[in-house]
Amino acid sequence: MAGRIKPITAAAAIFFLVSAVAPLFVSSWATLFALILAKGVVVLGIVLLLQAGQVSFGHAMFFAVGAYTAAFWGRYVGGGDIVLFLVLGAISSTVSGLIVGLFVVRYRDIFFGMLNLAFSMVLWSLLEKMYPYTNGADGIRVARPSLLGFSFTPETFQYLILYISLLTAIAAFYGVQRYLESPLGHMLRAIKSNETRLEYLGTSARRVLLVGYVISAFLGGIGGTLVAMIQQIATPEFGYWTKSGEFVFIAILGGGAHAFGAFAGAAMFECVRFYAAAHLADSWQLILGVVLIVIILYAPNGLIGLRQRYRQSGLGGS
Amino acid sequence: MNSTLAILAVLDGISYAALVFLVSVGLSLIFGVLRVVNVAHGSLYAFGAYLAATLSLRVAPVSPWLTYPALLLASIVIGAVCGGVIERFLLRPLYGRDDVLQLLITFAAFMIMDNLQRMIWGVQPIFAADPLKLLPNVTVFGVTYTSYQVILLPAVALATLFGLRYFLRRTLSGAVILAVTEDREAATAIGIDARRVYFVTFIIGASLAALGGALASPTTSLVPGMGADMIVLSFAVAATAGLGQIEGTALTALLIGLTRAFVIYLHPEFEVLVPYLLMVLVLLVRPLGLFGAVQVRKI
Repeated sequence: MAGRIKPITAAAAIFFLVSAVAPLFVSSWATLFALILAKGVVVLGIVLLLQAGQVSFGHAMFFAVGAYTAAFWGRYVGGGDIVLFLVLGAISSTVSGLIVGLFVVRYRDIFFGMLNLAFSMVLWSLLEKMYPYTNGADGIRVARPSLLGFSFTPETFQYLILYISLLTAIAAFYGVQRYLESPLGHMLRAIKSNETRLEYLGTSARRVLLVGYVISAFLGGIGGTLVAMIQQIATPEFGYWTKSGEFVFIAILGGGAHAFGAFAGAAMFECVRFYAAAHLADSWQLILGVVLIVIILYAPNGLIGLRQRYRQSGLGGS
Repeated sequence: MNSTLAILAVLDGISYAALVFLVSVGLSLIFGVLRVVNVAHGSLYAFGAYLAATLSLRVAPVSPWLTYPALLLASIVIGAVCGGVIERFLLRPLYGRDDVLQLLITFAAFMIMDNLQRMIWGVQPIFAADPLKLLPNVTVFGVTYTSYQVILLPAVALATLFGLRYFLRRTLSGAVILAVTEDREAATAIGIDARRVYFVTFIIGASLAALGGALASPTTSLVPGMGADMIVLSFAVAATAGLGQIEGTALTALLIGLTRAFVIYLHPEFEVLVPYLLMVLVLLVRPLGLFGAVQVRKI
């Protein structure tokens, strides 16, 4: 295990270094890399749940909660600070993760996915239809926030938010790795391999999954707050099911076995989208769809290729 | 709310439920047999609608009555071609693998079809109302409504419901499908070609989605995003009913259709919320759905 993780940690270090340095040379990359890092943080949450063998097809709801926290603050309180937004986004997504989590951790597999989808669609329809409060489908503009009282020009701000995203991503990456190596993280993996045995050990599988779920909601919220600040808008689209699908897509694209898969997948996804949208006008979705099919059929372990197959035994292939 | 509005809401609800039922029952059938949630189902619905509209705009100048066979043709073509390709080339290599991958590959199909739809038919709304205008209006308790929506659509839905029931319970092919659903290995051991059963079932399910789209095309303008909306809605109906439940899907579609119609007249802003709220509430109490058979779950 240790021998396999080392090169990947090196790859992660190189990736973080590149995203810190490269945008200094090409200014259009600042926003691109900031988006990659922010989405990577969200997908870390999906990867976390994949460790337990659970797929949430509604995780965009926490992404939207994080984004709208910043948007609502700007709209109803006014002003705003990056640190404040991140703290508020973290609190609101953790609380909503806890509330939704209390219900969904009772279910597994398809039922888990369905219930998550249902909750996220409820949130989406509220955001879409509560027009007086949310501006409906137009979304709410998020004004460029200050940082600890200092305000910035748009040019400086795109670098500022890049480095904030980078710091958040590194912290999240490190934190998730530590969590997965901790006893609690191992118990989370045990839900996938053998939940009954986990229960026999005297631990509550639901509680283990709830902790994982709340952490993953927290990551989703932080990522959502970051994206809202990067793109300076929050729309109901952030919580639509296609967004949730996109996050799961990125997780599988990168590979769900290791935390770095989230960032590898996000980098590939956003780069394809960025360049395909620029050169092939209206077909980036088609290209991404084909990429996804190729990955699933020929490299189901994702880009980092380390996805272990816990469930191989007992499943007859055809 | 006066009685005219109430009758109007009931009629709205019934015609809407008929369309939603066609799409949801296809999704439910596919899940029941293949154990795959087909995320591309909404795209099949949208493709069915677009192709039907294109064909009927083409044949309407010749004779407007030709639009009805055009609707049917469109749904069969989309079901057989798109459904066949998805099952044969995307899903078949993945049977027995992780559920996530099966679900995600249909998500890839959804992304591709969504993009193709924009490339082929553009983003401008398309409207082809000939089939709707051909049939006379009917008056129900003083409310005038198109007979296409209150007679033809429910009739097709009922015919589908009883046809599927008959097909699955009374014919040999239906028995074969049930056998594979019940125990794939045992069915294979007595000489049933399970792959063929999956292929045929998927095409039937896909054709039902496309039929729903084709029949919806005269009643609404076709816009990008209609597929993405339909898949979650039909999924909500199928999951609320219990995946794999055919009769249950019909009742749930009616329940959701009627509730939605009344909500539109009373509190229009909550329209989209209804099916999902219902889904959350039902799944929290009965994760197997309203009509789901009780199985022993591991956890």
